[in-house]
Amino acid sequence: MNPELMEKLKDLLPQITGYIYPNEIEVHWGILIVVYPYITGIVAGAFILASLVKVFNVKEVQPLYRLSLLTALAFLLVAPLALVSHLGHPLRAYEIFLTPQKSSAMAMFGFVYAWYLMVVLLVEIWFVYRRDLIAWADTGKTWLRGVHRVLSLFSKDTSEAATAFDSKALKVITIVGIPSAFLLHGYVGFIFGSIKANPWWSSVLIPIVFLFSAIVSGVALVILLYMIIVPLMGGKLEIKCIDKAMSFLYYAVIVDFSLELVDFIHRVYQSEEEIKILGELVMNKLFFSLVIVQVLLGMLFPLAILSAIKMFKRFRESEELRKLMYFVSLILIQGAIFATRWNVVIGGQMFSKSFRGLTTYKMELGGMEGLLYALGLLALPIVILAIFLKVLPAWSDLPKRTEAG
Amino acid sequence: MNRRSFLKQLLSFLAVSGGILGGWLRGGAAKAAAADEAKKTLYGFGVSVDKCIGCARCVVACKTENDVPREPYFYRTWVERYVIRKDGTTAVNNIDMGSADDAPPPSDKNVLRSFFVPKLCNQCENPPCAQVCPVGATFKTDDGVVLVNAKTCIGCRYCIQACPYGARYLHPATQTADKCTFCYHRLHKDLLPACVEVCPTQARVIGDLNSGASPMTRFRRMNKIFVLKPNLNTEPKVLYANMDGEVR
Repeated sequence: MNPELMEKLKDLLPQITGYIYPNEIEVHWGILIVVYPYITGIVAGAFILASLVKVFNVKEVQPLYRLSLLTALAFLLVAPLALVSHLGHPLRAYEIFLTPQKSSAMAMFGFVYAWYLMVVLLVEIWFVYRRDLIAWADTGKTWLRGVHRVLSLFSKDTSEAATAFDSKALKVITIVGIPSAFLLHGYVGFIFGSIKANPWWSSVLIPIVFLFSAIVSGVALVILLYMIIVPLMGGKLEIKCIDKAMSFLYYAVIVDFSLELVDFIHRVYQSEEEIKILGELVMNKLFFSLVIVQVLLGMLFPLAILSAIKMFKRFRESEELRKLMYFVSLILIQGAIFATRWNVVIGGQMFSKSFRGLTTYKMELGGMEGLLYALGLLALPIVILAIFLKVLPAWSDLPKRTEAG
Repeated sequence: MNRRSFLKQLLSFLAVSGGILGGWLRGGAAKAAAADEAKKTLYGFGVSVDKCIGCARCVVACKTENDVPREPYFYRTWVERYVIRKDGTTAVNNIDMGSADDAPPPSDKNVLRSFFVPKLCNQCENPPCAQVCPVGATFKTDDGVVLVNAKTCIGCRYCIQACPYGARYLHPATQTADKCTFCYHRLHKDLLPACVEVCPTQARVIGDLNSGASPMTRFRRMNKIFVLKPNLNTEPKVLYANMDGEVR
């Protein structure tokens, strides 16, 4: 009966400290379930960034608008893969839609996901690109012409009235989209936050913390992608756009960090039954991923960098230096948010519900639950995004790089 | 009386009397259903902590009866040994199928008290596992037992996360969630669950909580009763007698 699993569990036995319920040795939700909220977070965050342009009229970040929508879609398409791959019976996954259990957060999530994909993202992207699609289908010379024609759903109306309708529709969809994006990721938080059996998860703040960390990761990723893709395409980065988006990110990180701090203080102050084991968990099992990666490297350090840019004039003068500092903080922030997901998902399963002991998580390299597969899942949206950008260019008039730039 | 008025009167008589008769019958049936409701079986389980000697025969019997893997990572029921010392520390062990480390000898004066606690699915009245199951594969039967339908379980393991008692595991052969069923298949043949059957000290009892005279009624009458993690409002139907506050 699955000798590999038995061998793996046997190796874990000596690593258990204290007493855990015997069924708790195996960490059931592994790296794939870490990847999953990380991905949905990016989806929600990228969409919020897009809505900055449409609803809040932040003109400076316009160059990020289409990129953020396409990023959201690319990641949204991959999100369910992580979930389905993890199931004991992946072929029964459709049961969630056919025989959903109304009291289950997970079952309802399927519908939230479908709503978000079908009603919000696809429709918004279609309206954004409709006019361009018609133009590309008319003037294009390659095989893409046909693709554009199909994607435009054979609409041909480019009259002013039609364009006006497009932008009106976009506004409405974005207004519906913001609460939907909040719902999407808040719901992922709720899946964890509603588990009263697990004090590491069970908190009303979890959905809100998830939401803000989602905004942080999504915005950071879109800026990062912008900073990588545009130079690769021979374009020039618009520093004003990056400045504005980074400024927005800066405040999102502050809110996110404050919320997590509030949660931490609340737990320590209340000091309930589980505080001892959670303390051990943080100090032993999660020290590196939580204290070092998430808090020090991923939050405080980038906050310091961004604060320095805001405070000291000399950083504002040199564009190149600023770009470098932004780039470093963006990568650190991505690391932090991934670590946040890790600490929530894996951390929440490493202590026993008897509050008497800790188990450990040993990630495999290969296999469905392995590191390589997870990395593949993280790379896949980037590949999809590359295809999207080929078919649906995000920048029609990319400013060319000058010799000096 | 002509034929027409005779038929008319006959029809109206039939309609009225039929209505009255039907109403009376229905009322009777409703009363009977209400009586059935009160009499409906609701299974409960009693564990006398003082009686358990930690022989783990229940664990062996359960694994054999229910095809639970023998490896020490999968249990429908298990027995914990608590050793509480004078310095306030508590050591807990799973005694597996009888192969736990040696307990401190009775001569060890540092030990304040020591006892065994059998654990199993609490068959909660408000089962968090059934609440979170996305496809309704985990459900509560009319007689109060929480079961898993292995044919529809998708193996998402949300129920394992939601169970506060660690009573669930993913069966490595079926890749579906599994847990104690009070040996439901045996109960419905008027047999006792395997663990109750083999317990040499009658530390485990099972019975109908709604019945006026059942082993569970007696168990509840004769003992002070505790349940595990009452603060979570799961309302367990596994009741413990002479439980120690150290047990979680």
